[in-house]
Amino acid sequence: MNDFLFYIIVALVKIVIIANMILITVSYLVYFERKISAWTQNRVGPNRVGYLGLLQPFADVLKLLLKEDIVPKVANKFIHSMAPFIALFVAFTTYAVIPFGPSITLWGKEIPLMMADVNIGILYVLALTSIGVYAITFAGWSSGSKYSLLGGIRSSAQMISYEISMGFSIAGVLIFSQSLRPMEIVIAQHGWMWNAVLQPVGFLTFVVAAFAETNRLPFDLPEAEPELVGGYHTEYSSMKFAAFFLAEYANMIIGSAMIVTLYLGGWQFPYVETFGFSPAVTIGLQVGAFFVKMGALLFFFIWVRWSIPRFRYDQLMNIGWKVMFPLSLLNLIWAAILAMIMK
Amino acid sequence: MEVILFAVFASIAVVSSVLVVTRRNPVIAALCLILNFGSLAGMYLLLSAQFIAVVQIIVYAGAIMVLFLFVLMLLRPDMERSFFRHDPLFKWAAIIVSVFTFLLLVYAIILTTFNAPILANHAKTIEIGTVEAIGKELFSNFLLPFEAIGFVLLSATVGAMLLSKKKLD
Repeated sequence: MNDFLFYIIVALVKIVIIANMILITVSYLVYFERKISAWTQNRVGPNRVGYLGLLQPFADVLKLLLKEDIVPKVANKFIHSMAPFIALFVAFTTYAVIPFGPSITLWGKEIPLMMADVNIGILYVLALTSIGVYAITFAGWSSGSKYSLLGGIRSSAQMISYEISMGFSIAGVLIFSQSLRPMEIVIAQHGWMWNAVLQPVGFLTFVVAAFAETNRLPFDLPEAEPELVGGYHTEYSSMKFAAFFLAEYANMIIGSAMIVTLYLGGWQFPYVETFGFSPAVTIGLQVGAFFVKMGALLFFFIWVRWSIPRFRYDQLMNIGWKVMFPLSLLNLIWAAILAMIMK
Repeated sequence: MEVILFAVFASIAVVSSVLVVTRRNPVIAALCLILNFGSLAGMYLLLSAQFIAVVQIIVYAGAIMVLFLFVLMLLRPDMERSFFRHDPLFKWAAIIVSVFTFLLLVYAIILTTFNAPILANHAKTIEIGTVEAIGKELFSNFLLPFEAIGFVLLSATVGAMLLSKKKLD
């Protein structure tokens, strides 16, 4: 078998695994969101479909598939149906540059446990998140409804504001890794040299920005139901609504995977090399560590949603520009000084 | 492979840029412009200028066009249409500017195809396009222009804030 064919097959296998992993995680994330919210509010939560309600996600998907797809008369039909797919496209393609394990060697060839190890990895994620704004903006505009439009405009303002503190926090990470490759960023955080430990302020600003970028509470102003009905997806129904729903949860997974990669050491399991396991077990433990960290962060996302009320619009802007932006700048200076000292 | 990709990106770029001009609806025109930027980014990638490709998406498609759309969505398209229809001066100015730009581009293309030396060293062109190489150049050989641009942008930001503040007071 020649090299080219081998790498194409490997890439296809990786795509199938990652896409299915996201889809399954998303459906169970919805289930866990409902269970955790019920737990927070002292309710029972879904428990009718299957054992402990475990088949609930499938019932939800079937329900959404069977619903009528309503498009408003005044809507711009083409853009109205395109917007949910932009959201999905962005949510799925971002996963290409996130490493979920070290390189493994199969049949004498080294295969990194990620889709594409490119040297502009982090910039690629930033580029895709900035494209992601269009899904919401176009959805809001094309519906031809005032509530949708307001939701769309709010979301673009929010995303632009928080992208800045996000970018500056990432710059702090890049000072330590000296590279834009996600793999090298993870490798730079060996042992306990996690960026969350080295630059806690940057960690905080990045997590807050990640919440804002994924439109999760307390930053879900684009879909604030008391003021805007459903925000940008007011006029969406059936599978198009489901696509937005899917994209939101997929974005949550991306958000937590990015936080793990940039700040919590990625797939690094501190001092696992000194335990004396065989290489296969070590790699397994490292991949496991990545997913455990990601799961903990996903729980954190849901936990915050059911604990903290939504911000007002002026509070959102004040936090974005007057608190997060200066904090991320301070963190950049701190990171630069720390890097100088540690050299 | 490269030729096929180039053909795809180039045809998307051409079609979308024509659509930008012909569409009456400003939001659709903006959408086509985004598509155009995206296909340009693809062509940069084919030239192995990864950094410029990504920055093209982040800055043009991501930041600038969002602000454009922000304004466009709050406008009323019917009012815009009448504004353009009643001003023939605008039309002539646009035609003159585009004809001169076209001539300039044709001149540049003719100049490069006949006189530019073909880069024999393919590896070197790949090296130039990476983030590392561009960063090193920016912070060593081009430090002064880089800082000067930063200063200009800062003053523009402060100026914009001052102007908008004056209107509000």
